[in-house]
Amino acid sequence: MSHPANEPDVKRPLTNADVSPPGAVPEGVEAREGRFRLPTESLRAYTMIFALVAIWLFFQWKTMGINPSYPYGIFLSPGNFSNLLQQMAVTGVLAVGMLMVIVAGQIDLSVGSLVGLAGGVAAMMQDPGGLPGALGAALVLGVIIGVFQGALVAYANIPAFIVTLGGLLAWRGVILGLSKGATIPVRIPFFRELGVGKLPQMVGLGLAALAILAVVWMTISRNRARRRHGLTVPGAGATAARIIIPVVLIIAFIYLMNAGGGVPVPVLVLLAVAILGTFLTQNTTFGRYLYAIGGNPDAARLSGINIRRYILVAFGVLGLLVGVASLLHTARVGSASPDAGTYMELDAIAACVIGGTSLMGGRGTVSGAVVGALIMASLDNGMSLLNVENYTQYIVKGAVLVAAVGFDMLGRRKS
Amino acid sequence: MSESAGRTPVLEMRDITKTFPGVRALDGVSFDLYAGELHALVGENGAGKSTLMKVLGGVYPHGTYGGEVVVGGEVRRFAGVRDAENAGIAVIFQELSLIKELTIGENIFLGREPRTFGVIRWEELYSRAQKLLDEVQLPFDPRTPVGHLGIGQQQLVEIAKALSQEARILVLDEPTAALTDAEVETLFRILERLRARGVGMIYISHKLDEVFRMSNRITVLRDGRTVGTEPTAALDEPRVIARMVGREVGDIFPEVTHERGDEIFEVRNITVEDPNLRGKLLVKDVSFKVRRGEVLGIAGLMGAGRSDLLMAIFGAHPGRTTGEVYVAGVRAQIRRPSDAIAYGVGFVTEDRKRFGLVLDQTILNNMTLAGLPRLSGRFVTDVDAEAAAGGRAMKDLRVKANSIFTIAGTLSGGNQQKVVLAKWLLTNPRVLFLDEPTRGIDVGAKQEIYGHINRLAQEGLAIVLVSSELPEVLGLSDRVLVLHEGRVTGEFKRTEATPEAVMAAATGHTQRAA
Repeated sequence: MSHPANEPDVKRPLTNADVSPPGAVPEGVEAREGRFRLPTESLRAYTMIFALVAIWLFFQWKTMGINPSYPYGIFLSPGNFSNLLQQMAVTGVLAVGMLMVIVAGQIDLSVGSLVGLAGGVAAMMQDPGGLPGALGAALVLGVIIGVFQGALVAYANIPAFIVTLGGLLAWRGVILGLSKGATIPVRIPFFRELGVGKLPQMVGLGLAALAILAVVWMTISRNRARRRHGLTVPGAGATAARIIIPVVLIIAFIYLMNAGGGVPVPVLVLLAVAILGTFLTQNTTFGRYLYAIGGNPDAARLSGINIRRYILVAFGVLGLLVGVASLLHTARVGSASPDAGTYMELDAIAACVIGGTSLMGGRGTVSGAVVGALIMASLDNGMSLLNVENYTQYIVKGAVLVAAVGFDMLGRRKS
Repeated sequence: MSESAGRTPVLEMRDITKTFPGVRALDGVSFDLYAGELHALVGENGAGKSTLMKVLGGVYPHGTYGGEVVVGGEVRRFAGVRDAENAGIAVIFQELSLIKELTIGENIFLGREPRTFGVIRWEELYSRAQKLLDEVQLPFDPRTPVGHLGIGQQQLVEIAKALSQEARILVLDEPTAALTDAEVETLFRILERLRARGVGMIYISHKLDEVFRMSNRITVLRDGRTVGTEPTAALDEPRVIARMVGREVGDIFPEVTHERGDEIFEVRNITVEDPNLRGKLLVKDVSFKVRRGEVLGIAGLMGAGRSDLLMAIFGAHPGRTTGEVYVAGVRAQIRRPSDAIAYGVGFVTEDRKRFGLVLDQTILNNMTLAGLPRLSGRFVTDVDAEAAAGGRAMKDLRVKANSIFTIAGTLSGGNQQKVVLAKWLLTNPRVLFLDEPTRGIDVGAKQEIYGHINRLAQEGLAIVLVSSELPEVLGLSDRVLVLHEGRVTGEFKRTEATPEAVMAAATGHTQRAA
């Protein structure tokens, strides 16, 4: 497993530098434009990573000397960093699902209430259903409600904003009614482990080794495929870099996590969701159609794409991920309270937007949304370490959200 | 120019020149209008009529065009639409500019409401609106929302609005395009009354019978120049048509004989209803056949129903459609675009930015959008296979871009059009519809597109070409079908298709030479 921020290195969309169709353009043009001018998309990604690193270094510097056992700062210490990633897992999983819906030009405001509902139902199902009943109930309920809301949007032509605003109210009401306002504890140990458990260090190392093998294998098979299609194959140096950089990140990640007691289970779940989400958006026809539908619905329709069906599926996938997030959240807190998940829809949307997703649809990446969630969680965690007042934290996060989009617009106008 | 001596015109436009990047839309056009006159302005699509009226109406402010606009003997320099309105000029554009949710009265006085310290005097507004409605004989309460009115009635509201501005110059751009015959009669009665009251009117229309019935004088524009202005009595329809088309078909169309094969595509009795207006038909009972290797041109003026016809066949028209489609002799049930694609029909739609491209996406993603499952994989995509296919298409069509991963929105119009063409060729079509394939692209790119059309036909593709540019249709097609108000009014073989004959059919003179 690699670090979430850099995971897409393995499967990121192709850029100019990757491919030049043979003979399509004179070589000189390619060299001048393709190699020395970064495409806007990757420029965006680099800016985001740079901002994240800057935030980390800032908090590391500010937490120096607070605790004598951490002379170089607390923020990036294994314990805290592991904690930080656990904190972002729920928002991260929601952001991956939200991204697909936003890319298709829609929105979902109901996910916070749905986290409360699915988590509550899962906790209630512990008794008659046991572990499979509890987990299954949350996932199935998430999918059913997602598909239901998606159908209202796609087939009944009700704007997504309205359908899911209704959901925001209604699902919260349903869980309040079902639970009669009571908080239900998580009793099954394995369920609880989903939120707070950590992988044994050897398992973590084993997964890291598998991830390294996967990177090597994918890079090599990719080169082979390119040769088969008669496309330019990257040279030995580029190939080596493409293997070494993710491998170094994977090793650093697993070292840090194991020093903190092992890879937390929610972080593992988030990594799996992020990798699947990236695959779904970048390597499937479904993903390609989502971008086309959000970018220009008329062109998508005239290209033979069944717009309604794919919007429905996007809401269904988000529903499933809301189910996953509700389990992680309930397990982490240790109980399901009827007001769980409040404002989570806003966190998920903010993570997408900070990560460069356009609310108009057609633009955004899973990796960006995950980095957006990481930036939000870093701000939360760092400010808490510094004992910043609660009200200041809200103001800072609000300002960061608006500033991120402001910079984005500024950059876009120039180009 | 022959005009009644002694009177000064209410409007003179002298030597108007207007250029857009790469195009000279108006080149020294002069035009005048007298009080109590209806002066018709005719010409092909793109001849410069609308541009001239936008100069007059202040849409293009002073300084963005050359020449002088003289109103009532005084040179005027309009900084915007409001200035032109204050000078007594009212323009009723083809696309009505009323707000459906507001009432008739609110629309008439929009932005000019009678008010005291910013508070609207509603009683005065509605009583004045009522008087104006009486004048145009529209039996409605001015508090009725405009959305409740038919198109023809909305047109009358526009005229009432013009009257409220005490317009002395009224411009009507295709005013009868959306009207029923009865509504046309009402409109004409009102225009007669306005003429008697001394209002000068500029009347733009493709319908020559209306022009001859209503106008005092006719000016013909062609390629941004005035061909001539003469009293209507001194002209007849053939002479006007000759002036409209009197242009050499350049030799940018290579003379190619297409080897025609079997009949591959046929439509029978296609009829399309206007989705916004029950009972109004956009396309009426159109049938045609196309052979392999043949280019069938569909000519017609704006609003003749050409795009509606193609959209309907492709399963993408919102209006109710009836009729039958046969591909290679087999009845094809096309309910949505994916059905059409499955039957081997490709459709290079008009307005590439709106219907053709996802501008934020790469050239490659656009090229493979319609044929993705075939090119890449049913569920999991294979970017390398796509890149290989896209790279070949890019080379074949000579798309000029840094790489196949360049964002489509950054390309020039001609290259964007080639990307849309590639998208449809990559679906492996047997029949290809082309709707305005060269709109808004430069001459060089046009010529390249013409070359591709000829090559594709020679390779055995059946092509249906819709274009507003008559020379393009005549230069490329083996056969030309002419539509007028949704009906076929002419069908010509390549040798019989003279500009005059096609234009006559396009203006409503049915003739079937084939």
